[in-house]
Amino acid sequence: MNSPSNTATQVLIIGGGATGTALARDLALRGVDCILVEQDDINAGASGRNHGLLHSGARYVAGDRQVAMECRAEGAILKRVAAQTIQDTGGYFVAVQGDDERYIADFPALCARAGIAARAVDVAAARALEPALSERTIAVFEVPDASIDPFRFSLETMAHARSLGARLMRRTRVVGFELEGRRIRAVRLQSLSGGEDLRIEAAQIVNAAGAWARELALLAGAPIEMTYSKGTLLVTHTRLAERALTRLRLPADADILMPGGTVSIVGTTSTPVDALDDVQPTTAEADLIVAEAARMLPALATMRYIRAFAGVRPLVGAAGVADGRAISRGYALLDHEDQGLDNFATITGGKLTTCRLMAERAADLVCRRLGVTRPCLTATTPLPVAAECAWTEPGRSPRVWMRSHARDDTLLCECELVPGRAVDAIYDALRAAGDTPTLTEIGLRSRIGKGACQGAFCAPRTVAHLYQRGDFHAGRGLAEILDFFGERWRGQRAVLWGEQLAQAELMEALHCGLFGEELRGDDLRAQASRDAGTPGAPDDAPTNEVSS
Amino acid sequence: MTGVRQARCDVAVIGAGMAGMAAALFAVERGLSCIQVGNSGGLLFASGLLDLLGVQPVADGRLWQSPYEALAALAREEPDHPLARVDARSIRSAFERFVAALGGAGLRYVSLGERNRKVLTSIGTIKTTFGVPLSMVAGVDALETRPPCLLVDFRGLREFSAVQIAATLGERWPGLRHERIEFPGCEALPELYAAHLARALEAGETRARAIALVKPLLGEARAVGFPAVLGLARSSEVHAAFEAGLGVPVFEIPTMPTSVPGLRLSGALEAVMSARGVRRHHQATVRGLAFDGGGGTATLDLEGISGGERVSARAVVLATGRFSGRGLVADREGVRESILGLPVLQPDSREAWHQRDFLDPSGHGINRAGLRVDDAWRPLGADGRPAWPRLYAVGSILARQDWMRSKCGSGLAIATSWAAIEQVARELRAAAAG
Repeated sequence: MNSPSNTATQVLIIGGGATGTALARDLALRGVDCILVEQDDINAGASGRNHGLLHSGARYVAGDRQVAMECRAEGAILKRVAAQTIQDTGGYFVAVQGDDERYIADFPALCARAGIAARAVDVAAARALEPALSERTIAVFEVPDASIDPFRFSLETMAHARSLGARLMRRTRVVGFELEGRRIRAVRLQSLSGGEDLRIEAAQIVNAAGAWARELALLAGAPIEMTYSKGTLLVTHTRLAERALTRLRLPADADILMPGGTVSIVGTTSTPVDALDDVQPTTAEADLIVAEAARMLPALATMRYIRAFAGVRPLVGAAGVADGRAISRGYALLDHEDQGLDNFATITGGKLTTCRLMAERAADLVCRRLGVTRPCLTATTPLPVAAECAWTEPGRSPRVWMRSHARDDTLLCECELVPGRAVDAIYDALRAAGDTPTLTEIGLRSRIGKGACQGAFCAPRTVAHLYQRGDFHAGRGLAEILDFFGERWRGQRAVLWGEQLAQAELMEALHCGLFGEELRGDDLRAQASRDAGTPGAPDDAPTNEVSS
Repeated sequence: MTGVRQARCDVAVIGAGMAGMAAALFAVERGLSCIQVGNSGGLLFASGLLDLLGVQPVADGRLWQSPYEALAALAREEPDHPLARVDARSIRSAFERFVAALGGAGLRYVSLGERNRKVLTSIGTIKTTFGVPLSMVAGVDALETRPPCLLVDFRGLREFSAVQIAATLGERWPGLRHERIEFPGCEALPELYAAHLARALEAGETRARAIALVKPLLGEARAVGFPAVLGLARSSEVHAAFEAGLGVPVFEIPTMPTSVPGLRLSGALEAVMSARGVRRHHQATVRGLAFDGGGGTATLDLEGISGGERVSARAVVLATGRFSGRGLVADREGVRESILGLPVLQPDSREAWHQRDFLDPSGHGINRAGLRVDDAWRPLGADGRPAWPRLYAVGSILARQDWMRSKCGSGLAIATSWAAIEQVARELRAAAAG
């Protein structure tokens, strides 16, 4: 390793998911200097691979009242301080014939005990408001569940933190800890985007790496007990319901259908996995979700799905427990002091709904250690709207575009109506922060690639747009398209039947049949290995051409 | 059924993509009467380029300069591939006839010869193909010699960026410049659509204004490339006018679908069908298809916007395509053929349909699914024998090929249609004689 450049901060946060970004904001609001390092991108892990359900807590009233009460309190706080990221859809808990009648009978009292408002709704009235519900529905309760846009939430949280002085380093991976007695003196980091390697000296280090927390803790010499539970979700082609719909039973597979703008998101599964690399949805998981969720919503059996995605839940403790659902969804804050470290902490597990609370607890620990006495402000400080973070919201692009459609602002995506100016805003904001934005990163921050065509048309258009702006040069666009499709494809292959298979065939006909990207891909890879990671222009005279 | 119109023909072709059109054309050229069912919407996704065979084997991504040498390799390596079952002479004849028919309808192709050609695409990749429309051929030449050259695009045509193409080619074509102009008369529009531009350029005045905008930008350029928008039905005339006006060879670059070359292709093929007396049922769907006891006559029940029709045909050609053409239908359980429920050769489980990497060099298993046929192009039933004596299948619905990776889509459509119609003609002659 070359001698890395040195930086110092009060607190180094590892992991840019919901918890890590919330922690950065919490510390920044208390005036504590911090750097957040993330090996991939904001919400690349489980924080971006979930239902987007802001839990009322009702799901956990029987299994874990503590978690239920935390969800209730945190859900109410986020509805106040981060309203722009939340649709207060309300939720129904729905039982169908064959579901456990005793649980149905106990449910209102369990909710009451956790302080959660659950109101019985007449089944016919509920089905009038949510016609997709099965005619075999036998009980419905209304609870204050809501829908949250996890990307916008974390992007705006981080944007606020940065405006207060917090620093963000994406595509930066922790490769080592320098120990000195009971302290970590410095953390060594590797840039994954071709930048220089780093060494950060921090008074406190917080491991908020989600599912990756186990690997990091091990690297720091402070192993933690953690298991991984893979959860797969499916995205429907059209929106099936207005509310958050949850099966009224003890938590099981495919219980929840969430509205997500123009689509619905249904899942999840819970499968133990051993490793974190290459976690992809499988066709078997898709089948399981369709079959199980169709009991509450029969239309799901014949629905067109445009995408699947899978995340890994970090579950702390109880290694060896076979059923991931039996492990608490509560969070874990570990101070590692009994493992001989005084300036290291791990905050993991938990729910998206409770990320603010998790950050508060972790920040309290860090501040105590630093001798900082300022209180947490995140429960009362509104999250400022950041213009460049708003493009993840389904339906926003069309509204903006319809309101004013300038001559020089062309529509890049026709499925989700994303205008060029959305891409401009996202690109410029990333650029201003010193990043070199990729197409995949633009996709994460907008609706590009999220509609029915899954990027077949909007990805090349967006690339053409970025060339036109002078942002892309040489063969970069093609390399970006290949990366982008690689990422999108992971979520497509499990749901390719019916209409969506025909759509995928059109995409392949265009990108392979006409553009020959699979051949270019080989050239690019060959080039990349020669040029150490800088994708060059593809060669049009491949050496494997057969000439006579 | 009462009040249903009745019709008779020698061959009923189901499908109006490239394969259905080729089958209908070859049938009438052999003196067989033909009714064709289905809309030609799938052709709108065509690029206008006619591939024969560019890559073999797929897993190696090996490109061939000679499609006929590639076919010989295919015959050795994958004798079950449908294209490998058509002899080279038939393929030559089929392409000649097909291209001649298009030329007769005003869509002219450069003479085919024995070589594949290389064409620049709108994202800056280079495509290996066989049949090239005249409007694109100057680009093939320019790409070979790489003289100073100008690429022009139009602000608002979102899927075509001249700067992107030039940048992607970079140092390998240093003399390639790019310019962006306003499309005459569309200065106030944020988005432009290729078909609209193509139609607009058929008007002499708009064309003259466009040429006048490009002329001062020419500089040293010895050829000029445009997105493929130079006219629709009258593309030859528009293309010639651009060459005359600019004084240098002009070429089109194929764009993303729905593309103008696709519109031209479907327009020209529709015109061919009508000129040759093929009865087209554009909007009809096949509600029923049954064969009589001996298999000698098929009855098709069609349902269209203007009512039903019952067609008696002596032979039926299935050219219904794959998933996007609706010839094959997939649900979570598996793949079936959409009209007769013919057995479909397919991977054992859905998990094997697609690779984990979209661009996996060996291609996706589902793309090799399809109908198995006997030596006379008759799809096999569950017992491994022809499902019906006079039911034939052609084009992309056939199993054991991956046309998108092999770059053989048009070749598959044209060659298998030729071969199957040859069988149909033989069979019907024999029946008449017998």
